[in-house]
Amino acid sequence: MDDHRAALNRPPRWFFAAIAAAPVLFITVLYAWPVSTLLWTTLRRGASGRSPFDHVAGIMWFTAWQAAVSTVLTLVVGAFPAYVLARYSFRGRRLLMAATTVPFVLPTVVVGAAFLALLPTSWHGTAQAMILAHVFFNVAVVVRLVGSMIAVVPHDLIGAARTLGASPRRAARLIMLPLLRPALWSAGAVIFLFSFTSFGVAKLLGGPTHPTLEVEIARRATQLGDVSGAAALSAVQLVALAAVIFWTTRRGRRAAVELPGATAPHRPRGPRERRMVGAVSAGICLLVGAPIVALVSRSFHVGGAWSVSAWTKLGTAEIRPGAGLGVDPLASVGTSLRFAVIAALIATAIGFFAAMAINASSRFGKLLDGGLMLPLATSAVTIGLGMLITFDTPPVDWRARWWLVPLGHALVAVPFVVRAMLAVLRAIPRDLRAAAATLGATPIRAWWQVDARALRRPLLAGAGFSAAISLGEFGATTILTRSGSETLPIAIGRLLGRAGALPRAQAFVLATILLLLSTVIIMASGSHERLGSDA
Amino acid sequence: MLDARDLVIAFDGRRALDQLSLHVDAGEIVAVLGPSGAGKSTLLRIIAGLLLPDSGTVTLDGIDITHRPAHLRSIGMMFQDEQLFPHLDVAANIAFGPRMHRWPSAEIAVRVDELLTLVGLVGFGDRHVDRLSGGEKKRVALARSLAPRPDLLLLDEPLTGLDRELHDRVMVELADVLRTAGTTAILVSHDRDEAAALASRVVRWHDLQPA
Amino acid sequence: MKIFGLGKRFSAVAMVTVFAILSAGCGSSTSSGKPSPITLVAYDSFPAEKTSLNSALDEFTKATGIEVKIAIAGDAGTMVTKATLTAGNPEGDVMWGVDNTLLSAALDGKVFTKYEPNGWNAIDTQLTALVPGHELTPVDFGDVCINYDIGWFKSHNVKPPASLDDLLKPEYKDLLVVENPSTSSPGLAFLMATIAHTGDTGWQDYWKALRSNGVEVVDSWTTAYDDEFSGAAGSTGSRPLVVSYGSSPPAEVIFADPPRTDAPTAVVASTCFRQVEFTGILRGTHHETEARKLVDFLISAQFQNELPLNLFVYPARTDSTLPPEFTKFAVIATNPFSIDPADIAANRQKWQDEWTTIVLR
Repeated sequence: MDDHRAALNRPPRWFFAAIAAAPVLFITVLYAWPVSTLLWTTLRRGASGRSPFDHVAGIMWFTAWQAAVSTVLTLVVGAFPAYVLARYSFRGRRLLMAATTVPFVLPTVVVGAAFLALLPTSWHGTAQAMILAHVFFNVAVVVRLVGSMIAVVPHDLIGAARTLGASPRRAARLIMLPLLRPALWSAGAVIFLFSFTSFGVAKLLGGPTHPTLEVEIARRATQLGDVSGAAALSAVQLVALAAVIFWTTRRGRRAAVELPGATAPHRPRGPRERRMVGAVSAGICLLVGAPIVALVSRSFHVGGAWSVSAWTKLGTAEIRPGAGLGVDPLASVGTSLRFAVIAALIATAIGFFAAMAINASSRFGKLLDGGLMLPLATSAVTIGLGMLITFDTPPVDWRARWWLVPLGHALVAVPFVVRAMLAVLRAIPRDLRAAAATLGATPIRAWWQVDARALRRPLLAGAGFSAAISLGEFGATTILTRSGSETLPIAIGRLLGRAGALPRAQAFVLATILLLLSTVIIMASGSHERLGSDA
Repeated sequence: MLDARDLVIAFDGRRALDQLSLHVDAGEIVAVLGPSGAGKSTLLRIIAGLLLPDSGTVTLDGIDITHRPAHLRSIGMMFQDEQLFPHLDVAANIAFGPRMHRWPSAEIAVRVDELLTLVGLVGFGDRHVDRLSGGEKKRVALARSLAPRPDLLLLDEPLTGLDRELHDRVMVELADVLRTAGTTAILVSHDRDEAAALASRVVRWHDLQPA
Repeated sequence: MKIFGLGKRFSAVAMVTVFAILSAGCGSSTSSGKPSPITLVAYDSFPAEKTSLNSALDEFTKATGIEVKIAIAGDAGTMVTKATLTAGNPEGDVMWGVDNTLLSAALDGKVFTKYEPNGWNAIDTQLTALVPGHELTPVDFGDVCINYDIGWFKSHNVKPPASLDDLLKPEYKDLLVVENPSTSSPGLAFLMATIAHTGDTGWQDYWKALRSNGVEVVDSWTTAYDDEFSGAAGSTGSRPLVVSYGSSPPAEVIFADPPRTDAPTAVVASTCFRQVEFTGILRGTHHETEARKLVDFLISAQFQNELPLNLFVYPARTDSTLPPEFTKFAVIATNPFSIDPADIAANRQKWQDEWTTIVLR
């Protein structure tokens, strides 16, 4: 980073300490405190008779194995859209960008059901089905992280390799691949994290024969009442994933090289390039489109016949006299939007301060960066139950507070906001701050004028992405939710939990609404172009 | 006016400046001529207050400013690669310095117009800096560094990156502008002709340091 | 300048939000002349608002002045886990929906405080016998049974199974889908049914045979019933036999669209396991007087009559009236399987582990 001799014109230490206070407080109060309280109280009490690690070796092996396969497969599959969307400009590119992002924020209950309807019965309850769904969800990560790196590899670099006698394939392998390595490491780490902690997909598509560690933790805590066993497994998962995060970040950092700014995408030239763009667009449409079409069409399918009644009867409280669904679908839309706004505000504010603090200080920054990632590696059940037993006495008797839900969503969204902002901050030429200083800006003003203002676009993109994550969040919400705070995914889950044609179709109506809302938010905020370009 | 004395700075154990001294009188335009990679930019950064030397002093009008932060020095700098603020338009880039010095806004507006005229960019005020040609960017960078009326202006290879024809045209304009503005300036360059055309005095890099 | 303003506003909003959050945490009030509002903790299929069940609760508020807030605590298992973790410093005042498979766990965790409500004697004595210590009060019951797709069996000219033993016959090969007893409460109930039927030492062989006869296991009722079972209206599933509720057929009628008068599915009555649900006052409540009044109300005829169409269960009171869809399409098993709650508590984990080894590994 900056030479210490250049420290003359940087804001003083106390300034960054003050900036770091908000994210540190956030992660400590909402994450570290409850999780450590749960681990401490339950692990001290000791396991209930049997060892928490009975029968777990197989589950751990399977969890790691399927996560590794999902990661490699997603990187391979995602490389094609990442390359095409980064290199070529063509009609429909923006829409395709958004299309690859939307699955990432859709709730698994819904997509899982769509997959079940699409896949042959022999695939139900198999590891293949699970891995396929992981690819579907995570292609977005490759398109974002690797794609933005591809965009800054100068075309001429490949051209230079070609003039020196490299075939296109050798140029890709010898020039492109090594340059992309940091992005591949960081994308791989995120995908591995998500596939490892897979919960909804594992339950729905993997079925009972393929539980992940996360599923086992939830089963022990909620169904067997074995909270100490669950906490022990949760600690193991946390340590394992923290090690993975640490290791991959180091590998990624070591592979990092400096690249000049982005080269603009160009129109595909010649039949070969056009064919490639066409094939990849078709591929995206198929992978993303098929489950989405299945999902939307089920909302028009009531009891085996085409019908719009699931849509028209959406607000009806009583389906038959005296018989209600006990779910207010329209109110859940309102609740979800309200929570999305709150979660987006909090996540963006915290992410803004965190990114600034991380960028300013290298050792503490790494620590904070890692700390903000930890909630993604921790079972939602563990965080939820931790909050339950931590926030239980005044002045912090927060158990029944509705705002724990959007705060939980923000916890999940912050790492993404930070990624997006850091990418922009790190791309700021150092001399831009120097220029501001020579023109008379004090260090804090130079920081504000250059760093803070550069974050306007990622701020909006981060807010949009956070809102979309909040809309689709299911795991933490189920633990934290109270009456009067039923979000769309929760309402969908409840409707799916009812017998009868109408509730089932209405679940898919809500899923379609959710899909539309996320798409609109992501496209309007520009999240599909900006987010996660950190490498 | 400016006195840099015995400046030493080392990067990774290698000395980039070794006992370097340079003196500039008020009203002078001094060109420092030297090969690429010699450490000329490092010298400018130390004078501007962007980098602290390992030893040696910088004095301005007899006052030691070695440890004074850049924003308190009133020393302007035109960077080799312009460093225009990408989120601001041309006028706002030029107005940046005066704003930092809390000029009244009416005065800032007058100053911006003045400089746009000076560098021949009248009507470019609301242009986005991404939309400028290479020569136009140089001119905006020059106008921006002159705007707050610095006591001393530093120019780091001000004409690199321009093609031959443009280079010559901008060089003439730049010489003109510097004379009209009457600013004291130090410019570093590797081009003998350029140095001769712009400066009132040319010094060689290796003459600044004892062998 | 514009962006400057945005940033400023942003941090201002963030500050206000944080402040509001902190101050909201500190505000709580207790004790005054009028009765305190109380919280009813319930599982996630309990309607939070806008049903006749909620209107009935509003009537209670009108009559007594006690406001009732509903707190949803997740599925029944999660709810009891949470209650055990917070025993003595509960999240609410009254809990709805502890069932007989979780009963002993809740009692061992000392989650509830004793109370014999007005109306206890109107409840089916078979149900009250489960809680001789009065820690909890039975509120409703239902059956978990094999459901079958009437149309499928008609069109394939096969007679639907009549008993648990029939499920092992070759004509029912690859037809049944069940839920995992470790993750689903109907799945657990069905395992209990088989244990009650074949005994403590016989059920393992029964499940081995069921496995070789092609039983499919999924994680949740939703997946089993909506996605794998062929009988739910409009389903893409392919299996005509499923473990579901005795009240699923009437739900198919009530929530059909367009309306229908006959159920597409039916229940095999001899395969049912009885699930009983209880309510109780959470130990550590600061509003015991109000909580008692609420429990009285929950077993009043007025509230009990609303249960069938909202929760698809049978009222615990013997003098309740049932809606026509229930009397016509639902089945109350005359001789349902049952297991003593204490036995369930003692063996549940062992059974689930053994079952996992036999069926899933």
